[in-house]
Amino acid sequence: MARAATTTDAFNAVAEPRRRQILDLLAGGERPVNELVQQLGIPQPQVSKHLRVLREVGVVEVRDSGRQRLYRLNGRALKPIHDWVKTYERTWTERFDALDDVLDELKKEQPDARD
Amino acid sequence: MPATSGTAVLTLPSDTEILMVREFDAPRHLVYHAYTTPELIKRWWGGKRGNVHTAEIDLRVGGTWRYVMTAEGGFEVAFHGEFKEIVPNEKLVNTEVYEGAPPEAGEALVTCTFEDLVGGRTRLSMLTQVDSKEVRDAIIDSGMEGGAQEGLDILETIAIELQAV
Repeated sequence: MARAATTTDAFNAVAEPRRRQILDLLAGGERPVNELVQQLGIPQPQVSKHLRVLREVGVVEVRDSGRQRLYRLNGRALKPIHDWVKTYERTWTERFDALDDVLDELKKEQPDARD
Repeated sequence: MPATSGTAVLTLPSDTEILMVREFDAPRHLVYHAYTTPELIKRWWGGKRGNVHTAEIDLRVGGTWRYVMTAEGGFEVAFHGEFKEIVPNEKLVNTEVYEGAPPEAGEALVTCTFEDLVGGRTRLSMLTQVDSKEVRDAIIDSGMEGGAQEGLDILETIAIELQAV
């Protein structure tokens, strides 16, 4: 089971920095593998391996176009991450904004106080 | 509204970690003070989501904390945990348990680091680590509230978030 973990869901797929880089590149549009190889500066077999992981979880899709295979991002597959991140982020953003107000008051009350 | 606030930057260092980094326009000891003083926690920990009526902290290693908020729908939201490491004004490591989660969800480990920046500002880094993918999935399931966000361009948002890593 542990062995399969890297390919089982979107979270694992994007936990790898190179794969996030690939997603960032594909966010700019559909690309053939050789262009990804060029931009990432790593050997093609490695890029292909990462693309395979991304495809297995549905984050990346591929289609044939003449002699080329074109890869593109499928944002829908990233939605679980998006939901998770957004909820967490929203909660803490609100808390931190409220904390700003508290800190402003503290600064006025005790400009030089040390704990 | 203070003109100070930085925007929190959230990244996912791995599939079981969330890192939130935020700057505050206040010196480190004040940020730490606001972070660890019950009467002050009551004022910020609820954000806009409810009224924090209980904030108990036994600020020593092995000591516990518990915050309870009455959320807008009238239900109670409670978290508790235990302090694992304390370096006053610098670092806090504590466990965190959401009392609404099933027992098998386990606990998260939260590490807060307070750093001095120039101009009397402070950077707070908060790393939340959960022990398994299951816990993380539980967090996702509990967070499926924002149907209104559906129309967003998910691609773009995610790409921006990931870029920050």
